[in-house]
Amino acid sequence: MENNSRKAWLYLAPAILFLGIFMVYPLIDVFIYSFEEGYNSASQTFFGVGGYNYSYVLHDPYFLQAVKNTFILVIITVPLSTGIALLISLGLNAIKPLRNFFQTVYFLPYVTNTLAVGLVFMILFKKTAYSDGLVNLFISFFGGGTVDFIDGPYWAKMFVLCFYTVWVVMPFKILILTSALASVKEDYYNAARIDGTSRFRIFYKITLPMISPMIFYLVITGFIGAFKAYSDAVALFGTDLNAAGMNTIVGYVYDMLYGDSGGYPSYASAAAIILFAIVLTITCINLIISKKHVHY
Amino acid sequence: MKVVLENLTKKFPNRNKKEHGEVTAVDNFNFEIPDGKLIGLLGPSGCGKSTTLNLICGLQKPTAGKIYFGEDDVTDLPVENRGVGLVFQNYALYPHLTVRQNIRFPLENLRGKDKMTNDEMNAKALEIAKLVQIDGLMDRKPSELSGGQQQRVAIARALVKMPRVLLLDEPLSNLDARLRLQTREEIRRIQHETGITTVFVTHDQDEAMSISDMIVVMKDGVVQQIGKPQQVYDDPVNLFVAKFLGTPPINVFRGVVRGGKLYIGDAAVLDVSGAEDREVWVGIRPEGFIPAADGALVCKLSGVEVMGRDISIVSAHADSENEVIRSIVSAENAVDITAASVHFSLKPNKVFLFDRADETRIPVSAQ
Repeated sequence: MENNSRKAWLYLAPAILFLGIFMVYPLIDVFIYSFEEGYNSASQTFFGVGGYNYSYVLHDPYFLQAVKNTFILVIITVPLSTGIALLISLGLNAIKPLRNFFQTVYFLPYVTNTLAVGLVFMILFKKTAYSDGLVNLFISFFGGGTVDFIDGPYWAKMFVLCFYTVWVVMPFKILILTSALASVKEDYYNAARIDGTSRFRIFYKITLPMISPMIFYLVITGFIGAFKAYSDAVALFGTDLNAAGMNTIVGYVYDMLYGDSGGYPSYASAAAIILFAIVLTITCINLIISKKHVHY
Repeated sequence: MKVVLENLTKKFPNRNKKEHGEVTAVDNFNFEIPDGKLIGLLGPSGCGKSTTLNLICGLQKPTAGKIYFGEDDVTDLPVENRGVGLVFQNYALYPHLTVRQNIRFPLENLRGKDKMTNDEMNAKALEIAKLVQIDGLMDRKPSELSGGQQQRVAIARALVKMPRVLLLDEPLSNLDARLRLQTREEIRRIQHETGITTVFVTHDQDEAMSISDMIVVMKDGVVQQIGKPQQVYDDPVNLFVAKFLGTPPINVFRGVVRGGKLYIGDAAVLDVSGAEDREVWVGIRPEGFIPAADGALVCKLSGVEVMGRDISIVSAHADSENEVIRSIVSAENAVDITAASVHFSLKPNKVFLFDRADETRIPVSAQ
């Protein structure tokens, strides 16, 4: 027994070592920084210990704006992208000819660089002195007024950010869901058809429960991914996100470390810990809900 | 509910694109299944028996021909309106639902005047569960059941809406040998109690023979013979049917009819008066051999297998198609296992003659 547990620790050692150094230690370190006021990474000094960093961050209008942006992004894009991905996957699963072709088409955004895609979106939506942009041309063709989606009103910018995020995360979700749908055995559908089950009931009572673990996986990772959004906003609105009013929590952390207002690792740490707490809470809620609705 | 299959044909497009044409899975199937009977569709894999089942069920559409349930033509009726119950080979129980929910599932689909209340559904589910003896397991998930229990749940789910026809696709193939014996009795009992016309598919002739009222032997999509199990066994129409039924299998010899006598090798084993002279296949059932000192058929003795009540004499013969000849005789027959050869006389009604070319039965009375 003694010998066995020694062996077990030996086998676990590499993983524990690397996880400890590169994950647990930094996490603890960030947690400590977040309570050290005025920490300076160059001189390794700080003034005192307390909750001031949190107080500062929570009263910083830029941070509050970032939290608001992040929450709107999460609440809109996670259900929307999962729902649309499910619809597209169901469609892909139902067609026979050209299925592989469409699967490739839907997967293309996944292998495309985020910043390049952001540039394309900017060209589509941006309104300049020379051009209204493709989307505005479209809107005015149908008699609507033009809007500057990149430098214009808040809702327009948020719309572009959500649109872009949904578009970027979609391919992965479609990939997961199409394979989940394909793994549901034909016999279940045949059995249900023989019993005269309506199409909607087949979907609701059989398909959905059978792929629920995959949907749950996508929702959890979707929430986490959306809470950590940053590069998407940069790709669309440039690096000065505070000025654009489109910053995210991770963007705020980055700015506090390296941005124009940078050099404040204590504030950055506090903001990071707040984000960690939010993600942890949401994930726990997800897990509790999933107990009832996810069938393994 | 009687089921009538009329010139039923199913063709599939050839998978191999280079070869044009179609594969005929079921070829011109005619059969009237009498009301309340248990029918076994029997044949080797790929013979079209599962396709026939799917056609009756409605999961596949026939290329030609008609299907009637009673007097109703159901050929073009979609699967959900046919009122059939199907038990799948792998049971296809919904893994996320409990036994009760699985059995209730077909009832929950009922609409209009057939719509049932929650209590009615539970009562009905329990009634059927009692019939198949799983009423103590109602709140378990399928993964918490043994193979035999899952099988019963699948039968219960197929029966709960009182189908016009019950179909079972290889119902016993996923069970171990012991459970298979028990379950086939169970299927027989349930079928008797409900009186629902039942068709089941199997490649195991033992299974089909033991519980069916009638069996249908198929090969390459063509029906070979239909009849009561004993009748098909005792009176096969061709060599295929004779070979397919019976364990141990029938022993086949190359034989010749000459001058009213049947010869295997040089030995005249039986009188076949009235048969013209020709080369034939001789099929002899294992129980058709009688060890006798003056027997005409002399085989090289390889050994004796003791089975308790009976013994199986394993021997060989130069004109045998089978590598070994197995004959089942009563254990009371003393066989000298040290002897080099064994002499048999034959029971005439256990010996069948088949045409050497097309393998059809030659109707002769042997003595």
